Amino acid sequence: MTGILAQNTLSRSLLQNVSNIVKRLSSHFTYYPDESKPIDGQTNKMNMMQAINNAMDITLKTDSSSVLFGEDVAFGGVFRCALGLQEKYGKDRVFNTPLCEQGIAGFGIGMATAGATAIAEIQFADYIFPAFDQLVNEAAKCRYRSGGQFDCGGLTVRAPCGAVGHGGLYHSQSPEAFFTHAPGLKVVVPRGPIAAKGLLLSCIRDRDPCIFLEPKILYRSAAEEVPVDSYEIPIGKAHILREGDAATLVAWGTQVHVLLQVADMASEKLGINCEVIDLMSILPWDEETVCNSVKKTGRCLVAHEAPLTSGFGAELAATVQAECFLHLEAPVSRVTGWDAPFPHVFEPFYLPDTMRCFSALQQLINY
Amino acid sequence: MSKLIPSAAKLLSGATISKSTTPAVIASKTSYSTKSESTFEIKPYKLHKLEKGPATSATLTAEDALQLYEKLAVLRRIETASGNLYKEKIIRGFCHLYSGQEAVAVGMRAALRDVDSVITAYRCHGWTHLMGVSVLGVLSELTGRRTGCSRGKGGSMHLYGRNFYGGNGIVGAQVPLGAGLAFAHKYRGDGGVAFALYGDGAANQGQLFEAYNMAKLWDLPCVFVCENNGYGMGTSVDRSSASTEYYARGDYIPGIWVDGMDVMATREATRYAIEYCTSGKGPLVMEMETYRYSGHSMSDPGTSYRTRDEVQEVRQTRDPITSFKEKILASDLVTADQLKEIDTRVRKEVDEATKQAKSEAEVGLEELSGDIYYNNLEHVIRGIHPGAPLQHVEVVARN
Repeated sequence: MTGILAQNTLSRSLLQNVSNIVKRLSSHFTYYPDESKPIDGQTNKMNMMQAINNAMDITLKTDSSSVLFGEDVAFGGVFRCALGLQEKYGKDRVFNTPLCEQGIAGFGIGMATAGATAIAEIQFADYIFPAFDQLVNEAAKCRYRSGGQFDCGGLTVRAPCGAVGHGGLYHSQSPEAFFTHAPGLKVVVPRGPIAAKGLLLSCIRDRDPCIFLEPKILYRSAAEEVPVDSYEIPIGKAHILREGDAATLVAWGTQVHVLLQVADMASEKLGINCEVIDLMSILPWDEETVCNSVKKTGRCLVAHEAPLTSGFGAELAATVQAECFLHLEAPVSRVTGWDAPFPHVFEPFYLPDTMRCFSALQQLINY
Repeated sequence: MSKLIPSAAKLLSGATISKSTTPAVIASKTSYSTKSESTFEIKPYKLHKLEKGPATSATLTAEDALQLYEKLAVLRRIETASGNLYKEKIIRGFCHLYSGQEAVAVGMRAALRDVDSVITAYRCHGWTHLMGVSVLGVLSELTGRRTGCSRGKGGSMHLYGRNFYGGNGIVGAQVPLGAGLAFAHKYRGDGGVAFALYGDGAANQGQLFEAYNMAKLWDLPCVFVCENNGYGMGTSVDRSSASTEYYARGDYIPGIWVDGMDVMATREATRYAIEYCTSGKGPLVMEMETYRYSGHSMSDPGTSYRTRDEVQEVRQTRDPITSFKEKILASDLVTADQLKEIDTRVRKEVDEATKQAKSEAEVGLEELSGDIYYNNLEHVIRGIHPGAPLQHVEVVARN
């Protein structure tokens, strides 16, 4: 069993990393493709970048008020998510902005308030902080403070986030927790192409401003059979990817794949079945699914790349212990990045990778 | 490098070009230049709200010429070495090369005094070396080793040195810091000037205008220097900026446009700027028009948004090193042999540093939780392992 599983994991990991063979194999995870079919109909093999491109293409085609803007999106963007869109829809709908994140956010909020569907791209989530005031003080509060007269629900801010192997301090951050602290915003993080397309379309069509964080390491390495038609995956609903009764493992984005591998290891080495949940929607998050799962399993482990203190795992842990206290067999475990700036040379030691999560799971089980 | 005896110089200088060997070193084949100094014309500056600009001609001694040339050569060689190390995957992450822009840093540094401070963005390898960090300190920071000037913890974008505040990754964020540095100079009364450098892309960041206002309001000795290399990543200046007159963007702050490919122009302009700021007239904006041969970073080939012909044309007609070389050779300030000797020596120095930068070790793992705080009250750094936190380590001595 060990050999086959290891071989499967190895060959899957080799296939995923075929394009990376010339580079140092710095991926700390194995990608688990989503085999679900959200809707019937034709599918195409797409990677996450192409799925996101497809979602924006559909939006620009069907919503005449939609526009896409950001730094370098005209030629396709640094990750090519906007590839071909300016050619198809014209310069007045897909255009570059100067290098000014605060301006981009404010401008997007204004457009959305005036009724447009505005998709603003921030080139890296690490650069979103000049826009933080606009998003937290303007976008989040617009509807509330105007008594419902105005809103910028048509705004979706997209940004690549997360560790990529060599990003260092400013190309690797996961800032989702900062935005969950601003009521009025929605924060969503996909784990792969199928989820990305459906969730992005939901965010764009949602009547509240959404922050859509795209784990950049998955743009190319994650490929699935994605339906070509339009479909939405509801915001606020978590997905149970694996069912089990021993422990509930919760994550989002890249970390979901780490936990899936941990669940495999647990099944093989400890003989237990863990339930793996992809939160997908960070704000609002699916309390019901998570708490029901923890009630069943009695143990909960949350993992994320962002630092421990005030990472979103803290919110999950607080809620789970409050709601499921009498069902818990062990304290809620959080396996996260260190409370340090995302390091340059220490990246492999910084990330909550498979072995570290597995080790925490063992402690959780043996509590 | 021997100097001419002044009396000998007088004997030898004249209308005819002649080379003579020094009697002191019998076996040397080196020829010595005939002139000890020469004057060069500088392309006219463009001025914004200034009556009088920097000097339009510069005098260089033979020694100046050799020093400037050497600095230009070292910077070019460091960038070439960095590019190669990146391609070998020994430098990871990001690497933004300065090749083509050397005259800005070298000329400015030649005019800077020890008391002045500099802060720039991520295209900073050359500046770091000029501000006193050894070639090894620069290269091993790029390779992430302990001999790096930031102990390998910062990488290409976060190099620091004496009076050199980096090395900053977030575009434009360094400019308000520059205004703060200027305030410190003024407060301390040390007569120093702060130079805050940024690019044409950063010129559109709101925080720059906040810094301009504070500097002018409080008469800070701050020089805002826009290194306009024509492109913000892949976006040409015309496509990003409503006004490409970056020297005039400070509006109420006077500005100067300088030919950034001419090391003497940048030197004279900086001399002027220092004089201006230290006479209590407040801040200044300078635009150094320059060019970068490489793409924005090592992940950008630099050819999808501009033609190869354009890059070639600049290399052939406006290269800062070649054009400076031609000038100083033509005016007999230096000989070709002297320059060749510098080239060889520089190459050797950088090659040796490169080798060492490859073989040094990284700092120890304990530094992952090192120097996060000056004084970490909690003593531990929590994270991955529940119940097994890291110890916060104070690496650099606290004073």
